[in-house]
Amino acid sequence: MRRTALALTTALVALPLMALPGWARTEITLSTQQEPTVLDPTADATASIDSMLTQNVYESLTSVNEAGEVIPALATDWTVSEDGLTYTFTLASGVTFHDGTSFDAEDVLFSFNRAMAEDSTNPSKRIFEPITEITAPDAQTVVITIDHTDAFFLFNLAQGDASIVAPESVDGNATSPVGTGPFRFDSWTRGDRLTLVRNDDYRDLQDGMMERITFRFIADPTAVTNALMAGEIDGTAGFPSPELLPMFESDPRFTVAVGTTQGEVILALNNGRAPFDDIDARRAVNHGLNRQEIIDGAMYGYATPIGSFFPPSDANYVDLTGLYPFDPEVARSLLADAGIAEGTSIRLRIPPFAYATRSAVIIQAEMAAIGLDVEVEQLEWAAWMDQVYNGRDYEMTIIAHTSPNDLSNFTRGPNYFYGYDNPAFNTLWDQIVATADPVARGALLQDAQRFVADEAVHGFLFQLPSLGVYRTELSGYWVSSPVIFSPLADLRWTE
Amino acid sequence: MPFLLRRLAGLVATLTGISLVVFAVMNVLPGDPALTILGLDSTEDARAALSAQLGLDQPVWARYLDWLGGILQSDFGTSYAYRVPVTELILERLPLTLTLGLLASILTIALATALGVFAAARHGKAGDWVTMILSQLGIAIPAFWLSILLVLLFAVTLRVLPSGGFPGWAEPLEALKSLVLPVTALVLVQASVLARVTRASVLEVAKLDYARTARALGLSPRRVMWGHVLPNALVPMVTVAGMQLAGLITGTIVIENVFFLPGLGRLMFQAINNRDLYTVQALVLLFASIVVIVNFLVDMIYLLIDPRLREGRS
Repeated sequence: MRRTALALTTALVALPLMALPGWARTEITLSTQQEPTVLDPTADATASIDSMLTQNVYESLTSVNEAGEVIPALATDWTVSEDGLTYTFTLASGVTFHDGTSFDAEDVLFSFNRAMAEDSTNPSKRIFEPITEITAPDAQTVVITIDHTDAFFLFNLAQGDASIVAPESVDGNATSPVGTGPFRFDSWTRGDRLTLVRNDDYRDLQDGMMERITFRFIADPTAVTNALMAGEIDGTAGFPSPELLPMFESDPRFTVAVGTTQGEVILALNNGRAPFDDIDARRAVNHGLNRQEIIDGAMYGYATPIGSFFPPSDANYVDLTGLYPFDPEVARSLLADAGIAEGTSIRLRIPPFAYATRSAVIIQAEMAAIGLDVEVEQLEWAAWMDQVYNGRDYEMTIIAHTSPNDLSNFTRGPNYFYGYDNPAFNTLWDQIVATADPVARGALLQDAQRFVADEAVHGFLFQLPSLGVYRTELSGYWVSSPVIFSPLADLRWTE
Repeated sequence: MPFLLRRLAGLVATLTGISLVVFAVMNVLPGDPALTILGLDSTEDARAALSAQLGLDQPVWARYLDWLGGILQSDFGTSYAYRVPVTELILERLPLTLTLGLLASILTIALATALGVFAAARHGKAGDWVTMILSQLGIAIPAFWLSILLVLLFAVTLRVLPSGGFPGWAEPLEALKSLVLPVTALVLVQASVLARVTRASVLEVAKLDYARTARALGLSPRRVMWGHVLPNALVPMVTVAGMQLAGLITGTIVIENVFFLPGLGRLMFQAINNRDLYTVQALVLLFASIVVIVNFLVDMIYLLIDPRLREGRS
């Protein structure tokens, strides 16, 4: 009752504001939690650079739609040779960069050669590793030769790391990005906001596209909520506090958009050292995990449980959550089989993300129930990357793997932080990468999911949801996030 | 003036010491700037290339000397994370944090003096009790929580003030409006402490013989308070206010986070997270300088308000 009264008052106060002629409905203010320090996705892995700029300011040869399918971007068309090793791209014509310089095949060569160079600092240099040769027979054509068939190649080319940049402007991209996309960079106040304006020279300009998009950097979940409630921002992707969503769901001014991401949240086990070099110990942990309890407690119910390392939104997903049913008794006897004494101390070293800190305490209690004494240790992100990821100094950790197609992580060998090394899986993955036929590849991907689940490499917890809150009158945003960028050209205010 | 020179030499020695400690600590802290920047998907050779670009492949002492050499030419280095000169990063944020700190300090002193004197003058009566209960509340409530309540009332419900953010100085009125809530949150907490100190100090002095004599001579209570008691009660107030001022300017970090203001506190927070050595280094030096300068000013004010110190008596 009181909530309704409050909503009514706020609506009444807001009404005259909406009627103001100055509030033209081609401008929008969004917020993002993570603040970038540079604006060049080819130089820094910060996800917010991609979410704001990739496919908005910068474009790549290809792009990806909300369903996760590869679609044309700067390359309007392409053909693949019979052996799957030669890609011939036809480039869009008459395209100019935002600084007025023209775009052609030379820019593509420049961008790729820069990313592939020996001293390249591209955050995803791996994308370019299969490339053996790249040529430009004419200004509108680029031919790329790779050394093994790669089913993910076109998908990878859509990422911000493969943005097409111009030699004339590349050095300034860190602070003043120049691309070919539907929006051009307008201004950036570090720590506060970034503004894009519509690129009126865009080759595919649509009616009603936003004229101005402002991103405000608001890290604190309460502050995001207040800014939404106060009408200072119109929406946010990646809403940080699932427990606050019911409040927005019951508020007619807002739409809560719950979708999927590529982020598998796992209780990573260090397979490279005791006790989790023993498959019985790993299976014991899996039997000790109550996923629903973790999802309810840590994510307020807004997540899908997973039993392997693959997004449930994918057509090739296999539900393996039943493989190790929650059963503390089985877990205890498996631990005994592995020779692990009751009360053995295990470090759970976690990064400073809400999904991790919240899951950790629940997992700690669940592990106590099977006789493992888990100590939770919170690390800063830089420290986590250095000690857990790079140094492999951990027994358990919680992390979301947000990259698409990242089952390949299990092929990264004993020096990767999983400490997992299995030639049979490597062979299987090589087969997947080399299989161009989607049906055959899908079957292999299912085998791979079963493989890592059967090996109980980790405790697979849940798929990170994509939680957005937007003004009800807004449409055209992505509900699900198949990639880390999110195109904004379709954003519209509906009357 | 040898006194000033001594203080200046002390400042330089302190800052050099601090810079060494920060450099050492930042290098001992786990975390590799190249890995932090390039992320989990990066390859080892890309990270090595970036480390070389940033000069991280040099030994620590060589980097320190290099940095020190830069300082002498007023070059504070280039930020690893932002890839721009550190000076640029600091200068674009300094005005906001300084304004926030100074506004809060001035209002804190004014409010605390008024409340402290008011409570002392009504010692033991209702006015005293109410003021003291309120100030106790002010001390007990964390600034961030108070901030949230203020935002809920003034930004979300009444919509008269922004919930946070800073529009920039180009719109002075909007800029000031966005500072109202952060300043209020800072002032209410700080003034609570200072008001109690003021009250205690005033009550102490009011008990002394000369205050009684002044009253016996028939001076009005107002004149006794403002002319005789308060000036003599200032020393402890100045001490606490000095500590608070230093704390305010360096400690706006929480408030800047709650109100998402792009100030130095938030820059510091980010720079540590990014292992952005030179930015941290410059900010720590700046904060340390501010503390040293405030302490120096407090010492000067002591001389001004207590003639005994001027004449070298204790």
